Amino acid sequence: MIAYTEDQPTIYERSKPGRRAFVAPALDVPDHEVSELVPAALLREHEAKLPEISEPELVRHYNRLSRRNFDLDSGFYPLGSCTMKHNPKLHERVAALPGNAALHPLQDPRRAQGALELMWRLQHALGEIAGLPHVSLQPSAGSHGELAGVLLTRAFHEDHGQQRTKVLTPDTAHGTNPATVTMAGYEVVKVGSDADGNVDLDDLRAKADEEVACLMLTNPSTLGLFDHGIDEIARIVHDVGATLYYDGANLNAIMGISRPGDMGFDIVHFNLHKTFTQPHGGGGPGAGPIAVSDRIEPYLPRPQVVRREETDGSCFYDLDYDRPKSIGRLRGFQGNYGVFVRSYAYIRSLGAEGLREVSETAVLNANYLMARLRREGVLQYLPAAYERLCMHEFVLCGTPMKRELKIRTLDLAKRLLDFGVHPPTVYFPLIVDEAMLVEPTETETKETLDRFAETLAAILREAQEDPEVARGAPYTTPVRRLDEAGAARKPVLRQPL
Amino acid sequence: MSTYTSVTPEDRRQMLAEIGVTSIEDLFAEIPAALRLDRPLALDAGLSEVEVFQELRALAARNVSTEDELSFLGAGMYDHYIPALVDSIIERSEFLTPYTPYQPEISQGGLQVMFEYQTAISELTGLPVSNASVYEGPSAVAAAGYIAKHTNSRTRFVVSRGVHPHARETLRTMSHGWGMEVVEAPLHDGATELPELDDTVSAVIIQQPNFLGAIEDVPALTAAAHDAGALAICSCDAHSLAILKPPGECGVDIAVGEGQPLGNRLDFGGPSFGFFATTEALIRRIPGRIAGETRDLDGRRGFVLTLQTREQHIRREKATSNICTAQALNALAGVIYLSWLGRRGFVELAELMLKRTAYARERLRAVDGVELVHEHPVFRELAVSLAAPVDRVVERCRRLGINPGLPLGRDYPEHEDALLVAITERRTREDIDRLAEALGGAVAAERPALQETHA
Repeated sequence: MIAYTEDQPTIYERSKPGRRAFVAPALDVPDHEVSELVPAALLREHEAKLPEISEPELVRHYNRLSRRNFDLDSGFYPLGSCTMKHNPKLHERVAALPGNAALHPLQDPRRAQGALELMWRLQHALGEIAGLPHVSLQPSAGSHGELAGVLLTRAFHEDHGQQRTKVLTPDTAHGTNPATVTMAGYEVVKVGSDADGNVDLDDLRAKADEEVACLMLTNPSTLGLFDHGIDEIARIVHDVGATLYYDGANLNAIMGISRPGDMGFDIVHFNLHKTFTQPHGGGGPGAGPIAVSDRIEPYLPRPQVVRREETDGSCFYDLDYDRPKSIGRLRGFQGNYGVFVRSYAYIRSLGAEGLREVSETAVLNANYLMARLRREGVLQYLPAAYERLCMHEFVLCGTPMKRELKIRTLDLAKRLLDFGVHPPTVYFPLIVDEAMLVEPTETETKETLDRFAETLAAILREAQEDPEVARGAPYTTPVRRLDEAGAARKPVLRQPL
Repeated sequence: MSTYTSVTPEDRRQMLAEIGVTSIEDLFAEIPAALRLDRPLALDAGLSEVEVFQELRALAARNVSTEDELSFLGAGMYDHYIPALVDSIIERSEFLTPYTPYQPEISQGGLQVMFEYQTAISELTGLPVSNASVYEGPSAVAAAGYIAKHTNSRTRFVVSRGVHPHARETLRTMSHGWGMEVVEAPLHDGATELPELDDTVSAVIIQQPNFLGAIEDVPALTAAAHDAGALAICSCDAHSLAILKPPGECGVDIAVGEGQPLGNRLDFGGPSFGFFATTEALIRRIPGRIAGETRDLDGRRGFVLTLQTREQHIRREKATSNICTAQALNALAGVIYLSWLGRRGFVELAELMLKRTAYARERLRAVDGVELVHEHPVFRELAVSLAAPVDRVVERCRRLGINPGLPLGRDYPEHEDALLVAITERRTREDIDRLAEALGGAVAAERPALQETHA
């Protein structure tokens, strides 16, 4: 493969007047001047300066750009909190079937029975996995699901005549949690973590009062730890009449093993693009369905996919708009159906036993990788932030490395690029100094994990001899370290044409 | 049962030994026993790839897609032709399988695509700043409202009844959390009629062309908004921007829209993308990812995610939006599509639709029992009212293999027996003639007066 390390001109720089790829279908109706059909004052005077380019050159442009991307299909991608697991190829094929891909969202439900049945079955499966019976597939991504969840909480309290003002989020939370709370019109109150990485129960008790609408929690947490105080957390939160929200970003650790509903959660969101194999697409699309308890069900977004009985006893699937207490829509149409097809295919492929095996293997791989890093001496410089069994991911702390080897976690990450590995998540969670969050996922082999451990050890040995190597990394990538501060100071967000 | 894991029993034994535990169960010791599920999930057993394909194919076959009937459905998502080029590029692993580009050195392809996409959206809208995509059209309208609220701290949105019903409802859902009131501006003869605007109005929100297909006088509407000190937000049809005065030149502060028509499948409603463009003044309030140009250590041009101090992973509760995963792959399809159409092709395609829609309008209005809902200029969609119950007319058309459009009654009770008819470039003159004949026949058969005569 040719590595496209030389600068690639933009599509606009490749443009030349007179070139084209598109030929319009012949005009088969009476011709008119455009100005006869639209008032001149509302017409565009200058063409949008889109590129002028032939199809062969378009193909080369995008293929060359693609080779300047690292991707999951080519290499290890242990990006913590993102669950970069294999994206089965079958899923692309079934999503592209014309009955799915060319189905108009406003088709009469009677003529979209296959799609609605698939959605209904997916709702059922996700509800069973979460241990919460009622599911809306509508939210477009995890953070959209979070917003749905907090708006449901608001609707629940308002329906009970209560105006609460605060939402609790742990200091380990994903940034989307506090951002969501603000968007839903609540004030964020941060809850601390104890020395073991669990929610600090004393701090929680002190902050949980009648003003609190909800606690948003990730369990296993973003530290990769299962908070075994969850029973007590649920009790404290429910005792003040608040709801308990489950951020499903880490659901990959517990499928078929433990269920948020059984832990006392009222609302769960799923990231179908994490746990359920929707390809990440370089930043979407995803989908963020939610599952809720009985007491939250009346407020679910509309429309809901339902199964109705015909007079003759047979069933059909429908969209139910008649939901008077619903919070309303969160977006257009019925959600990211193309994502639902892929996730449903995944659940059908694996079944109950396979899903449990996924979580078991994800946790096995993470703990094995941590053990291998210990054997390689890596933990001497990057100790585990918490000396416990981890779940599907774990956090290392790069403080000793920074002190003794004079390289930062960022340098280690950048040096990994030269070894063909996507670095783990860095500088998150915020409560761990020089953090590195490693999530290998279940789809990686033991050999890949071994090689990764050896690579990290080799980089640390190299840094013992010459820290400048890591500090100047990467060297083999299409570009070297980029001036991010400069980009933000003087933003160039489009090409001048 | 399919498996996507690679750990052999021997691997497992070695790995458990390395960890220092004896069984997989030991790894879950941190989960209190009472919280462990003591039964298998109540889901069907897994299937082989062959079986899953067959089941999914059978489900898909129960849907009537735009490949199965002559469809005039639109109303926000349209049956446009998607060039083969789009499929071949977005299926590539290098675009399909990476995460959001947190490591720019190995994500230059995706980042440059975002930069090129932002440039295209900026050109289309005539506004200087575009982000790299939001979820889709209706929620983009709500996201624009959120910016307005934070910009001027006013308490009301005035939203035209011509804005997509899903967008108006989404705005209401979201606004409730922010404590905003949403006031609807009525349509008069199909075009927006703004009420008196005072200094409580945060933004005026309109759609071009509006939901009933009418091309609105956007410059006049934005001027009224600005006179009251409110922001002007416009949800724009992407293809219409080839012909119509760009929102940036009409005084629009935030232009948003549904990206599906630009090279994305219908997919029963998603995934697609929303575009979001605004002025320099609002640059630091814009939601979502934005790519920016910069230099590397060797002085070479490169691209990074920028202005991240707006975003949730940095600013947390002070972020301008909670959005994280957006619609990068769909936006890629969008910019490939626009580049494929090219500068002239984009205009030629839009003019073809404009002329065919004009033809459809004349053809349909000539049908006995069919009337236009309004006389405003139209681009790719028009609303007609029928002298017969719309559901029965639709049913008759379906028997002829035609889906004549969207009945408007659910969203517009004032247009109970009306249809919204979309004409994309895939619908030819012959198709339009078939529609006119089918509608004429169906209306004639279902007209109440005629039925009385039969009786």
